[in-house]
Amino acid sequence: MLIQTKVGISIFVYRMQQQELIPHLFRTEYRKIIAVLCKRFGFDEIETAEDIASDTFMSAAQTWGLQGIPEHPVAWLYTVAKNKARNFLHRQATFKNKVVPETVIRDNASTLPEYELDLSPQNIIDSQLQMMFAICNPAIAPEAQIGLSLRILCGFGIEEIADAFLSNKETINKRLYRAKEKLREENIAIELPSLSEIDERLNVVLATLYLMFSEGYYSISNNKTLRKELCHEAMRLSYMLIENKHTNKPPVNALLSLMCFHASRFEARVNKNGELILYDEQDTSLWDADLISKGGYFLNLSATGNQLSRYHLEAAIAYWNTQKDDTHEKWENILQLYNRLLQIEYSPIAALNRTFALSKANGKREAIIEAEKLNLTSNHFYFTLLGELYTGLNNDKAKEHFEKALSMAKTNTDKLTIQKKIEKLAAH
Amino acid sequence: MDEYMLIFRHEDGSKVASPEQMQIWMDQTMKWIGSISAKGKFVGGNGLLFDGSKTVWAHGVVTDGPFGEIKETLGGYITVKATSVEEAVEFAKGCPVLQGEGNSVEVRRLAKNDGLH
Repeated sequence: MLIQTKVGISIFVYRMQQQELIPHLFRTEYRKIIAVLCKRFGFDEIETAEDIASDTFMSAAQTWGLQGIPEHPVAWLYTVAKNKARNFLHRQATFKNKVVPETVIRDNASTLPEYELDLSPQNIIDSQLQMMFAICNPAIAPEAQIGLSLRILCGFGIEEIADAFLSNKETINKRLYRAKEKLREENIAIELPSLSEIDERLNVVLATLYLMFSEGYYSISNNKTLRKELCHEAMRLSYMLIENKHTNKPPVNALLSLMCFHASRFEARVNKNGELILYDEQDTSLWDADLISKGGYFLNLSATGNQLSRYHLEAAIAYWNTQKDDTHEKWENILQLYNRLLQIEYSPIAALNRTFALSKANGKREAIIEAEKLNLTSNHFYFTLLGELYTGLNNDKAKEHFEKALSMAKTNTDKLTIQKKIEKLAAH
Repeated sequence: MDEYMLIFRHEDGSKVASPEQMQIWMDQTMKWIGSISAKGKFVGGNGLLFDGSKTVWAHGVVTDGPFGEIKETLGGYITVKATSVEEAVEFAKGCPVLQGEGNSVEVRRLAKNDGLH
């Protein structure tokens, strides 16, 4: 997934079941066509771009059904998209020329180069990167940034996006519509930021990709395939940033490293019924060694420059979590990394995780004192942690905390996890 | 044996479909054509695209469109061989286009070059 295949799609197509052809091509080509169209038309005509991209696939389904599948389906799609774009630009120009009569109407306008859509690999990648920066703009809310990214950069259907957000089509349609309106109003340009701005703008892009990944990794949606795809898409987009020399910055490598380390446990952390398997109980043979080594590779690449981002620290923590053995070295390192992470960016979860690391490094008694100072009484993970820490020291207190956590937990997965801890406590 | 043209009329050609739905339509069309071909009765056919379509009127007036959003548009056609209009109608009944509410398939016999039609 991280290594782009150099084998042409057309070869793949012949090996693939014909029944998957259109969904497959849609997934790989829609996002390319729409990025180039958006770049060409600007946000003013983003709906036209969406229509043309969808119509292209509709024409394929209609024509291929009657005529058979062409030898080069991708080339066919590009030609049709180009024709549709040319017709649109021609119509638009004709309209403008009629409004401004003194402009000479060129009858051969459809052959003019400015009507040609450039679907070369380079322009596809450039357009996708530029769209990434345009969409990941603070002018619109992070949720809308993820939604639009999934639609335009990843070619997800509205239904899939709704499923990922545990929402419905209407809500998502409204959210995306408002986001597009906003991008138009703000006159957001579809271009790469200048070199002086790139770090700051990259931060917003990375935050969105991080959220997209987390949405897939931690989401409560039961659709495992879809969740996995969200993670893969976030990784693919991160990799696109690494492939471009202007955006290949240390924090991007750190983020991708973090994603690789986490994704390596994707198969191990959920059982057949979709229930979460806790770290300690995971079958390590299901951990993806290839992704772990890729994580290490990008972590090494991220270790340049003088900027230590939260992604660096989180990737380093994630690295230690790929080491299953409970060594003192492991927990001491994790503890120190959390200490630094909390200085850069405080979050209650990081504070709780830091306390857990402290218990592993220095013992439960010290951790309990620190934990109770946190006083995060509105967070059920706080009580889960206290339950963990008291287990073995004072099981009654442990039970009390677990039960408090259970009463506050919102998702079934969380409730089930806590329930198991209570059962385990009773068995001791 | 006569030749008949089956002409697909769509109520609304601008509907959005998921790639999976498109795939199903394409597969159904291929199956339908395949079953007619298996009887040796398929002559040919094609889809009619809206891209760059023009309408030419009397007095040399040319307009853009139709665009597919308007009601009742032609979406495609096939030509089949059949011994009777009833047989051609049977072929038409299997056309996947008919799954769309309001869509229709028109069955028309082609004129022969025998001076009689």
